[in-house]
Amino acid sequence: MHMADALLSPAVGGGMWVAAAALSARASVKLRSQPSESLAPMMAVLGAFVFAAQMINFSIPGTGSSGHIGGGLLLAILLGPHAAFLALASVLTIQALFFADGGLLALGCNMINLGVFPCYIAYPLIYRPLAGDGSSPSRRLATCIIASMAGMAMGAFAVVAETGLSGISELPVGAFILLMVPIHLAIGLVEGGVTAAVIGFVSRAQPEWLVYNQAKTQPRGRPFRRIAACLLGAALLTGGLLSSFASENPDGLEWSIEKMTGKKEIDGIGHPIHATLAGWQSKTSFMPDYDFRKDDAASKDDVRESAANPGTSLAGVLGTALTLLLAGGIGLFLRLRSRKHP
Amino acid sequence: MRTVDEFDLLAAADSPLHAIDPRAKLLVVLLAAAVIASYPRHAVAAMVPLFLLPAAWLALGRVPLGFVLHRLLPALPFVLLMAIFNPLIDRVPLIEAGGLALSGGWISFASILLRFLLGMSIAILLVACTGFNTLCSALLRLHAPRVFVVQLLLLYRYIFLLADEARRVRLAYALRSGGDRAVALPVAGSMLGQLLLRVMSRGQRIHQAMLGRGFTGDLPVRHAFRWHGRDTLFLLGWAVWIILARAVNIPDQLGRFVMKVLA
Repeated sequence: MHMADALLSPAVGGGMWVAAAALSARASVKLRSQPSESLAPMMAVLGAFVFAAQMINFSIPGTGSSGHIGGGLLLAILLGPHAAFLALASVLTIQALFFADGGLLALGCNMINLGVFPCYIAYPLIYRPLAGDGSSPSRRLATCIIASMAGMAMGAFAVVAETGLSGISELPVGAFILLMVPIHLAIGLVEGGVTAAVIGFVSRAQPEWLVYNQAKTQPRGRPFRRIAACLLGAALLTGGLLSSFASENPDGLEWSIEKMTGKKEIDGIGHPIHATLAGWQSKTSFMPDYDFRKDDAASKDDVRESAANPGTSLAGVLGTALTLLLAGGIGLFLRLRSRKHP
Repeated sequence: MRTVDEFDLLAAADSPLHAIDPRAKLLVVLLAAAVIASYPRHAVAAMVPLFLLPAAWLALGRVPLGFVLHRLLPALPFVLLMAIFNPLIDRVPLIEAGGLALSGGWISFASILLRFLLGMSIAILLVACTGFNTLCSALLRLHAPRVFVVQLLLLYRYIFLLADEARRVRLAYALRSGGDRAVALPVAGSMLGQLLLRVMSRGQRIHQAMLGRGFTGDLPVRHAFRWHGRDTLFLLGWAVWIILARAVNIPDQLGRFVMKVLA
């Protein structure tokens, strides 16, 4: 499931962008240090294969619905983690640009959620140790399913964490996890099964294709530590950005405090809104109407401000309608003019 | 992959927006994405001035509105699903006008939809009025890693080839199964495996052919654009508008002004 721009704050989106960029840089360095002529052309082809494979829907038994493969684990098995991560990153970029999947700010998040977990965690830490020599089909099936489910669940957790940190959605983290993780475990089950079937087919028909990545991925170093360091770095960066953001823009914080007190008063008094609004009115009335700067600071959270008195609320609606009309009008004017002078 | 074809057709057209340096367009879109995300979660009216961006680009780039809406539609369900929780959870009334109370949840719901519409339509217009290859060469000029850009360019070329391949497989299955659109799960593995084998051997052949023509792992990219004065103007103008819209609640100010005049 793609993370969406609309649910992201700039701090979380930016932090994940930096982390994703660092990981891609690391992946390309790793690839360059293990030269193999056959891997480079396969990256682009298999990235495109993900698109092609997603055009083929299969029916999911017992649900009456149909789905398609995600392809993260499959690419990792075929290409090895680094090449697979780069291939997936490019797939996600094209999905963001052409198919409105996620968005540009969320691209970093999506590379982490859908790329890092299958390529750098599920594949090397779960699939590789469990897969054995690949001679037993049932073992392959079990391994693929476990790795795929784990990767999906981690991706789902990451979506929850990013959404929660951004604070645009109101969904409490606990409920969101309960919503996301079971769905993704089910998706992982199907994905793992299909991945195992594809790998099984290839190993019967053309086993030499599978040797590609096997030769290069002897267990080396401790991949887990580096990945953990990278993720920790992303978390710290996000935290740092978030806190600096919060101190630069006190209105967000102020607002949430206001909201809390507002809720308190609702519990207490009969006409809660009026009480809150009265408090606001007395606050805002200190600011003279013509003082642009202060006025603006107060109206940062326009809704609350406009709620402060019915007159302003009308002004807000009127102004919004006018702005929309003006924007549309300018667009229409430009279009008509361009038609006249092509 | 008809979507991608349509993008290419639009990108091949000529318009004032097509003529702008892709780097300027890309930077404006990135700035807009960051600024849209930075609005507080109950912002609705304050975001509306940013609609000037897609409205003007639609017109300047001569892109049909239906095209953009069509591209937005498939991604909408997920955003709706996420946004619908806000009104269910946050029921504290924020606005009251004429006996009608709107809860904070509905306002943040509207805010999420606005964010989606704004951000996505701008990104779609960027690709539709620039073209993927030009965008990639702009990325290179902005010092994006070369390996990644080459990967993007190759992937983009392969998508068209492989989509045809997948379409043939799908058609073959539909013909033999009495028109089923979805493949039975037990068949899916070998069908995708078959597709994968074809794709890989095809990739291998193409790569051999490319090597035969002197491919060294790097695609030469033509930079068919130069930075003009109008590009600076374009970038600065939009940047000022975007930042102004974020800093000042324009609809609110406009509404007050009109009310004052009317009163």
